[in-house]
Amino acid sequence: MSEVIVVTSGKGGVGKTTTTANIGAGLAMLGHKVVLVDADTGLRNLDVVLGLENRIVYDLTNVINEECRLRQAIIKDKRFEGLHLLPTAQTKDKSAVTPESMQKLCTELKEMFDYVIIDCPAGIEQGFMSAVAAAGKAIVVTTPEVAAVRDADRVIGLLESKVGIKDPKLIVNRLRTKMVRSGNMMSVDDIVDILAIDLLGVIPEDEKIVISTNRGETVVDNEHSLSGKAFKNIVWRILGEPVPLLDLQDEGGFLSRLRKFIGLSN
Amino acid sequence: MLGLISRILGKEDPGSKNVAKERLRLVLVHDRASVSPQLLQLMKADLIKVVSNYMEIDEEGLNISLDRSENAVALVANIPVKKLKRVAT
Ligand SMILES: Nc1ncnc2c1ncn2[C@@H]1O[C@H](COP(=O)(O)OP(=O)(O)OP(=O)(O)O)[C@@H](O)[C@H]1O
Ligand SMILES: [Mg+2]
Repeated sequence: MSEVIVVTSGKGGVGKTTTTANIGAGLAMLGHKVVLVDADTGLRNLDVVLGLENRIVYDLTNVINEECRLRQAIIKDKRFEGLHLLPTAQTKDKSAVTPESMQKLCTELKEMFDYVIIDCPAGIEQGFMSAVAAAGKAIVVTTPEVAAVRDADRVIGLLESKVGIKDPKLIVNRLRTKMVRSGNMMSVDDIVDILAIDLLGVIPEDEKIVISTNRGETVVDNEHSLSGKAFKNIVWRILGEPVPLLDLQDEGGFLSRLRKFIGLSN
Repeated sequence: MLGLISRILGKEDPGSKNVAKERLRLVLVHDRASVSPQLLQLMKADLIKVVSNYMEIDEEGLNISLDRSENAVALVANIPVKKLKRVAT
């Protein structure tokens, strides 16, 4: 049974593309056949995040306008067997990408792949509506900030009422445990409590994400990174394994050990 | 002493997180209400039913809204009363 999952957020820049790339690579690492669809037409990003920017010939709009066949536009990833990208157009007019054309496209993709993962544009306009139209499931990404959580709430409402996606799942990205501990950042519990949806996972703020993105690589395959482990766990949960949440506490520091010692840590 | 240590370790500091949570809570009450005006309509119908048990009201003139002040959201109902019923006590 193939699944179409959309990664969305409302607010821009919270980590949708990063999440899409890493979940896709993680699923492929475990032997699944995956296609990542960039639905952020006009602001193509997923290709550079995956390091595939030099291999694009055709894109999503060419497929929709029947200027090429679907198979011609799909790029095979070189590092992960089973991972594929369907890029979008960087320049062209995006009016071709409608909810109907996305539905038609995803029906075909479902025949070819186990997982179709759609990277949604920011906002809640027609680009969003097209990106979510074909999805059966949704992952909502947020960061621990008032504006991002507020937009996530709006998107969750739209997904449930307008799109008919029941129980979207939440990813909290860029969590800084130190700031949560000092009372200067909302905790995961606070956010889950406010949004009242199921938590799929928590990704810490991590330099390794910046470094790997610079190189056009993912972190999920990096066993030495906390964010990589967090993405791996998310992949397991998507596959239905009840993996417990990672302990994101930084173990090393003197202050954190002292804090634990005198019982101030929570 | 422990207070001082706690502060150095950044625990006692009231922190901006609670401010964030409170602002978010307030803004969402409003967002959610305007996303679903049906909710206010449903509540209006229920209010009419309940209040009519005790007094005759002007259903047309009834008006409810969410009002927001600095740090609270209130449900404000303006219900014109035509007649009070005589309730046996
Ligand atoms: N956990 C993290 N730690 C550090 N940097 C991160 C993390 N998550 C994302 N970033 C960085 O934040 C930036 C925005 O991420 P990304 O492009 O994935 O967001 P987006 O939601 O897809 O943005 P847009 O709305 O523009 O499509 C990128 O530079 C990315 O490397
Ligand atoms: Mg993006």
